[in-house]
Amino acid sequence: MRVVIIAFSLLVASAFSGASFAVAVDDKPLVDPAQEAAARALMKEIRCLVCQNQSIEDSNADLAKDLRHLVRERVSAGDTAAEVRAFLVARYGDWVLLEPPFNQMTLFLWGSPFLILLLVVVGVYSAGKKSTSEPLSRTEKARIKKLLKGGDVT
Amino acid sequence: MIPEIGHFALIVALIVSLMGAIVPHMAIARGDTRLMAMAGQFAYAQFLLATVAFAALTYAYVISDFSVLNVAANSHTAKPLLYKLSGVWGNHEGSLMLWILILSLFSACVAYGGKNLPLRFRSRVLAVQSALLVGFLLFVLLTSNPFERLDPAPFEGNGLNPLLQDPGLAFHPPMLYIGYVGLSVAFSFAVAALIEGEVTPLWARWVRPWTLAAWVFLTAGIALGSWWAYYELGWGGWWFWDPVENASFMPWLAATALLHSSIVVEKRDALKSWTILLAIVAFSFSLLGTFLVRSGVLTSVHAFAVDPERGVFILAFLAIIIGGSLALFAWRAPKLTPSGIFSLSSRESALVLNNILLATFAAVVLVGTLYPLVLEAINGVQITVGPPFFEFAATILMSPLIVALGFGPLLAWKRGNISRAAQILLPAVIISLFVFWITIWHDAAGMIMTGVGIGLGSWLMLSVMLEINKKTNFWIHPRGFWRRAKKLPRATWGMSLAHAGLGIILLAITVSEAWTEETLRLMKVGDSELVGGYNFTLEEVAPVAGPNYTAVRAHFLVEHNGNFIARLAPEDRVYSDPPMNTTEAGIYPLIRGDLYAVIGEYAGSNAWSVRLYFKPLISGLWLGAGLMALGGLISLSDRRQRIGAPASKKRLAFVSIAAKPAKVPKPAAPAKAIKPKKPTKPTKMAKAATPKKRTKPKKSVKTGA
Amino acid sequence: MNSFMRFVPLLIVSSIFIVFLLMMGGERNPKEIKSVLIGKPVPAFSLPTLQEGEAPLTEAALKTGKPILVNFFASWCAPCRAEHDNLMYLAHEKGISIIGIAYKDTPEKSAAFLAELGTPFTNVAQDQEGRAGIDWGITGVPETFLVSGDGIIRYRHWGPIVGDGLEKRLLPKLEEIQ
Repeated sequence: MRVVIIAFSLLVASAFSGASFAVAVDDKPLVDPAQEAAARALMKEIRCLVCQNQSIEDSNADLAKDLRHLVRERVSAGDTAAEVRAFLVARYGDWVLLEPPFNQMTLFLWGSPFLILLLVVVGVYSAGKKSTSEPLSRTEKARIKKLLKGGDVT
Repeated sequence: MIPEIGHFALIVALIVSLMGAIVPHMAIARGDTRLMAMAGQFAYAQFLLATVAFAALTYAYVISDFSVLNVAANSHTAKPLLYKLSGVWGNHEGSLMLWILILSLFSACVAYGGKNLPLRFRSRVLAVQSALLVGFLLFVLLTSNPFERLDPAPFEGNGLNPLLQDPGLAFHPPMLYIGYVGLSVAFSFAVAALIEGEVTPLWARWVRPWTLAAWVFLTAGIALGSWWAYYELGWGGWWFWDPVENASFMPWLAATALLHSSIVVEKRDALKSWTILLAIVAFSFSLLGTFLVRSGVLTSVHAFAVDPERGVFILAFLAIIIGGSLALFAWRAPKLTPSGIFSLSSRESALVLNNILLATFAAVVLVGTLYPLVLEAINGVQITVGPPFFEFAATILMSPLIVALGFGPLLAWKRGNISRAAQILLPAVIISLFVFWITIWHDAAGMIMTGVGIGLGSWLMLSVMLEINKKTNFWIHPRGFWRRAKKLPRATWGMSLAHAGLGIILLAITVSEAWTEETLRLMKVGDSELVGGYNFTLEEVAPVAGPNYTAVRAHFLVEHNGNFIARLAPEDRVYSDPPMNTTEAGIYPLIRGDLYAVIGEYAGSNAWSVRLYFKPLISGLWLGAGLMALGGLISLSDRRQRIGAPASKKRLAFVSIAAKPAKVPKPAAPAKAIKPKKPTKPTKMAKAATPKKRTKPKKSVKTGA
Repeated sequence: MNSFMRFVPLLIVSSIFIVFLLMMGGERNPKEIKSVLIGKPVPAFSLPTLQEGEAPLTEAALKTGKPILVNFFASWCAPCRAEHDNLMYLAHEKGISIIGIAYKDTPEKSAAFLAELGTPFTNVAQDQEGRAGIDWGITGVPETFLVSGDGIIRYRHWGPIVGDGLEKRLLPKLEEIQ
């Protein structure tokens, strides 16, 4: 079973690495600079599906190239940024967007800096609080006795 | 034969580590000091055996012994020697061997360099280190043995990922590992302190140099990895908030927080349980990174092969170590004497703020990294938490930190004078606001983040300069500067350099993100393009062949106002074994910025798809990181940081630690007190008078803490 | 530290470990992106076939009233070779129609690939640009889609159909919709 999984992973990995032999698409910028800028801005938000956390703007993978071509096409066809994003999400899911959506499921994510800040402040405060409720131990009581008698405490 | 010796060495090391993990505790329970001292011997033995095993594996790689499965899977005769060597740790089994080597190295260093630690404490620390080593050795021997044989031995190995055949990347793992593993010492110190039930300022003193050393290497390792990504992956991206990048960033944040909070423990005997927790958490982050790349839960460019069996083993290992230490913490934390209250404007408050923000940021990075996994586990939905989220978190958490950073070094302990500090910093405030205002003048909405970045970066640089000025009086009396500067303790210089390095990094990031000029177009030979004021001319495109690849290489001539600047030679490479396609950018660093050229696909009719960049100030990233590491090293070299180092005679004369702890070190008394000449009945850690002195410096009667 | 806060780190870490344990089931591949097309009708497409002069293949060909498999493959893809035997088995012994879509490949190479290994496909379309692949939400090859008779995508098999994948995942799904 383990062997199958390893073999499977290796095979899959080699499938993707073989992409260099496929027919490639060139990177031709759009003629209209405003549209090209809009397309480039969009590309920064789209995740390269076969890379690690890179945008399609940043990656030279084949699929990234195809997606860049697609984005350019749709921008020059008049789609707005939201429409292009929706187009891709319809095919790949929310996963294809680098910025996580803000919805019920990601509420904790977007709120985490504030929530955790609160938690840490409380934690540090309680760590530093003088605990007045802990009674003195026997050794501590003996020490106090010695001190009050004027001796050195060692 | 040699691999078998290596294997045998691992087994013996396991036995020695088991002894090393158990014997010291027994010895302490019995009060047997001779047995306690054996902990050091165990540590040396572990290191020796780990070295033998690592050397055996290295030898197998160097001679390309493909009868060893690990070598056959990851090496190739055509690889240059440097990459055969770096291939040793470029795979799962080998990297674990590196972990074991460095872990045992640190244990040996603690055994050797920690002579000034009380024997009992040192033995506990070494016992914890040995326990960690047991875990790793078991993992290797049971699931990831690098010395497994392959029969019949193949004629040729499987080669190594060509992306890893790179000088920058050859050194990135060892540096990172020294950083990760170095944090184990802080961890062991913390666990030992919890077992003993006591944390004193002396403990903080001991833990700092080890943490600082680990931090320096972690900083350098991360910067190296980032720099590698910049020139190798894609087109100049240097940080992608990839899960494993985050797994190296989290321990760095925790270690930075630990460095600062241990100062508070040392100077004010406060924040003890928090600091202990941080030490445990920092190393836990290191272990988490180890887990993430080998378990198959997340996918990453760093991930080794997926293997659920290994993943479960590591998870169990992690559960024992992290769960165990946190359970110990929950149990023993009440024993740590709680601290005093600080005035709101004091250096310790600034450091507490530093810790709060850094710890929060580390936790948020953890949330962001694991969120997709958790969400998928709960309801099967897959999302990506990418750079936009992390940048959002970084901005809101790190901005207040950078503002506070300017004030911190200028505030005194216990009762700082914030208006005084503000007075000193006034020029920095004015200039930073002015810089911010200029940046956003033309385009407020679009440039606000850039403005904030530049404003904060300038603030940091200027406040460091003003702080140094206050201490050396440079502005009024520039002539005696060097003399006065040399008198400042090295730790102060280290701090200022490191903070300045951070400022440079912030400026470099902001400027390069905002003002990078990029051109993406088709070029024919002879075409020119003006980018960022520099003229790039495509002179030639020719095929070339390397040791294990073929490539297309372009030659660019870069000129500025007609003057020759550089020639760039980007390549588009095709490797054969394993088959892969990479682009090598042509980069030329100037002080103003980097010239960056990439050659892409042939587009037909003699035209090539090219990308040309001018990236302003990007080198500041690597320089700033280097400066931070340098600052850390300078701090480390400060003799006061290292226990037992004799202070100069003049300083010995000081008895009271008054309001300037940064300049006046503690007297040598505590150091003496903890060198037991005879094995005394060790009650707890040092019986130093330090705690008492610190809290009430003016009174002559020593009262209890 | 007061009584409650000191347990917080331990609690947090324990929950994270539980999540890890849950996610480490052997069947899960972290690289796999789940298909969002499950339960949706097949995307519209019009692709030329391998046969010269034939009418282009469209999504109408997938609404046959019987379950049908759509397999994206390429001659340059090694795992596609690995799953080929299973595809032949499904086509010839199980009698399931399989439409092949050659992804980012030249017609000559695709034809040669099939000539060499035999063809399990009732029809083969060419997606040279990869655009159809994007419409189906694939990220590489091979990926295979199980389409029910009414033209709704029911299941997506990511990666080659080998080993356990065939028996444990594809076949049960097939039976379910028959």
